[in-house]
Amino acid sequence: MDTAYAIEMVNITKRFPGIIANDNITLQLRKGEIHALLGENGAGKSTLMSVLFGLYQAEEGVIKKDGKEVKINNPNDANDLGIGMVHQHFKLVQCFTVLENIILGVETTKNGVLQMDEAREKVIALSEKYGLQVDPDAKIEDITVGMQQRTEILKMLYRDNEILIFDEPTAVLTPQEIDELMIIMKNLAAEGKSILFITHKLNEIKEVADRVSVLRRGKYIGTVDVATTSKEEMSKMMVGRDVQMSVDKEPSKPGESILKVENMTVASKLHSNNAVKNVSFEVREGEIVCIAGIDGNGQTELVYGLAGFEPLVDGKITLCGEDITKTSIRHRATHGMSHIPEDRHKHGLVLDYPLEFNMVLQRYFEPDFTSGAGFLKRKEIREYSEKLEAEHDVRSGQGPITIARAMSGGNQQKAIIAREVDKEHKLLVAVQPTRGLDVGAIEGVHRNLIAERDNGRAVLLVSLELEEVMNVPDRILVMYEGELVGELDPKKTTVEELGLYMAGAKRNLTVDANTSEIEESEVVDVERERKEEA
Amino acid sequence: MNEKAEKKSFLKNPSVQAIMTSLICIILGLLIGYIVLLLINPAGAGEAIKTVLINFLSRSSQAAKVKALGNTLAKTAPLLMCALSICFCYKVGLFNIGAAGQYEAGACFGLYAALAWQLPWPVCLLIAGIAGGVIGAISGVLKAYRNVNEVISGIMLNWIMLYMSNTLLAKVKDPASPYTLKLSAANPKALIPNAGLNAMFANNKTVTLAIPLAILFAILIWVILSKTKFGYELKATGYNKDAAMYAGMKEKQNIIVTLAIGGALAGIGAAFLFLTGYQEWSTTQTSVPGMGFNGIAATFLGGLHPIGTIFSSFFIQSITDGGALIDKSVYPSQISDLISSLIIYLCGFVLFFKFVINNWIDKSTKKKEISKVTGEAIEGGDK
Repeated sequence: MDTAYAIEMVNITKRFPGIIANDNITLQLRKGEIHALLGENGAGKSTLMSVLFGLYQAEEGVIKKDGKEVKINNPNDANDLGIGMVHQHFKLVQCFTVLENIILGVETTKNGVLQMDEAREKVIALSEKYGLQVDPDAKIEDITVGMQQRTEILKMLYRDNEILIFDEPTAVLTPQEIDELMIIMKNLAAEGKSILFITHKLNEIKEVADRVSVLRRGKYIGTVDVATTSKEEMSKMMVGRDVQMSVDKEPSKPGESILKVENMTVASKLHSNNAVKNVSFEVREGEIVCIAGIDGNGQTELVYGLAGFEPLVDGKITLCGEDITKTSIRHRATHGMSHIPEDRHKHGLVLDYPLEFNMVLQRYFEPDFTSGAGFLKRKEIREYSEKLEAEHDVRSGQGPITIARAMSGGNQQKAIIAREVDKEHKLLVAVQPTRGLDVGAIEGVHRNLIAERDNGRAVLLVSLELEEVMNVPDRILVMYEGELVGELDPKKTTVEELGLYMAGAKRNLTVDANTSEIEESEVVDVERERKEEA
Repeated sequence: MNEKAEKKSFLKNPSVQAIMTSLICIILGLLIGYIVLLLINPAGAGEAIKTVLINFLSRSSQAAKVKALGNTLAKTAPLLMCALSICFCYKVGLFNIGAAGQYEAGACFGLYAALAWQLPWPVCLLIAGIAGGVIGAISGVLKAYRNVNEVISGIMLNWIMLYMSNTLLAKVKDPASPYTLKLSAANPKALIPNAGLNAMFANNKTVTLAIPLAILFAILIWVILSKTKFGYELKATGYNKDAAMYAGMKEKQNIIVTLAIGGALAGIGAAFLFLTGYQEWSTTQTSVPGMGFNGIAATFLGGLHPIGTIFSSFFIQSITDGGALIDKSVYPSQISDLISSLIIYLCGFVLFFKFVINNWIDKSTKKKEISKVTGEAIEGGDK
């Protein structure tokens, strides 16, 4: 019996209808190591963690703790085995203090009265031991994201967890906070805790992890030592070479500028830093420009700024020659902008409305669909919906009267695309348009985007999928920590190079002429680093 | 198998479901009421529950029956307006518990306009509507711009308006009683006309144009919600305010307008009662009138449909009046309120029963669907 492993997941297979989320995956976490779990969006990392926490039961495979097989039926079982997790979105009570949050659920009481002093001593001792600076009496809503995260870590330590899982912990942190976290993780490992570090940032893996296991499309690719593996090799493992889907398209013939973004800055809702920092770019008619990047690097906020959901802190947006910086969402939508939103359930559809009402969501107010007296023209709406359904092969149980909620994700997305493409527009903003779709549906979406381009529209595609980024657009702009760090030609670049830009290890764009010195020196550092590596 | 599926799809039909769940609520309410009556005094229970249920039909003469029906109808009109107010706001995702306060505002300013300013009834009606609308809009502005829950601000305004009404209407009260002056004496112009309707109800003077007007309002609200661009926007905002924002609708404005319209409906509802001369406002009352709250029950019992609320409002008013006819020599006088409130309370469970029915229908297919949904969540779960 090998007891060198703190926790082992052996040959785990978890299926969902139509998809194998985890296909024969083995993950072995040694005691006292930092083990990274690397994979793209949708690679199956979250499912695997859900299996470990008993949220899902695997169809095949076993989980072993210290070499002994264990059954984990729910998160409480996982807690009993000493497994703790810092979620990407913290699970803290905003109006409680740090101390109250830490002891929540495991309070020491005496005759029903809380014994806070004991808890406070233990928390202070733990925070000193691991260098986790917190103010036990500060309320969560008043402290920084970094301190909130340390509170989450203390929560795990307070419960004497031995196996600590960090789910993309750096996504919401500032660079300084990330450095602190890296030190904390090393301290924890040195004290004998075993850490599983879920991420897709290669730099961070290089910095702290001992070994890395890679998942791709639900499959287990392998486990390698970080010290002897280059970032290029890791990104190759993550992306794979055999999965590239070719998309047939003619070379683009870009024409006039349709969308011009100058020095756009958008505030973040998650942290005090700006999510989009001084971004400038242009999209011309007849071309597809892709904003590539790892999730959470400001793409969502960039689109919110473009669509008018969020006001700009600074900058200017020009659409078809008109300054739309301060105009309403409706104005932008009726003056040339179509928008396939990132979250089709949140923004794209009124799920409880029938399909026909969703088909006119951006046009219901037009004379075609509303009479002068303000009555909806139900017959015209019905016919229009039927026309779009036929043209775009949108399938539903009952046609126009199907409640949108009852449709499959692929058909919901087709309906949104049909609506946005059919509407009069010069610019199509498509945000993760293939998210959650199967291969056939993805192909259809890509064909739509290219048809749009060939019809002389400007297309701005925001994508997290590397294959899509490599195959669909004519130009790639890479976004990292709210800035555009690289412009690449998809025909000339490689996935590996793209990966380096996305992970922030490389950049070829700087912020205009007024770039601060610090940023310049950063660029130099990165360049030097790259040379050293070569 | 096929037959079964057909039966299931019949039960899945939303209108069938709405009517069925409402009936279940009524039956359960009556059953529990009956049990309570049995516990207090088994002898008269059957008779009492029958009285509650048949209300005006329990009267002896034909004329008395018709007259009692007229009274019930006269009080149905304001209840229907309150129910419409709540129903309308509910469709936009707002719970207008402040209908009671908006109703008070309508009563207060409608009566004041009639008694102090001697205005004719259409103007008083309009003033009552505006007053209710303003109170509704206050909740709306607080909700839209300060994110104050409309339930909280609504309840507070209910009490504010109660005492404001008492204070203001004390200026136009009968010196010998706590009640406001009788309209028939003080300003007959302010009485809503009978338009010959009273003749059909044994010359019951409280049967006025208010009743057909309230029904017209119900139809109007139904048309607005289901046929117009305005209704399309409001419902979209209620179902999914993020999608409404994405589609360029003015979410904040929609919230304020909705509560203002809801308030106006409740305000006019109050005028529909107090401008018929059915009763006067007691300036010493210390509890919020139940009309606004009964409107909540009528809304749910009516299947959240404006047309449905016409029938549910009549039913609720009918059992309330019927409760008052229970033999007081057998049961304590509070029993009428207890029975009718029990039934009204059970009416609030409409959505719960709908859930139970759907659960039962979905039992076989549910497992499949859940795994589908979670499967989808996994695909996009790594964000």
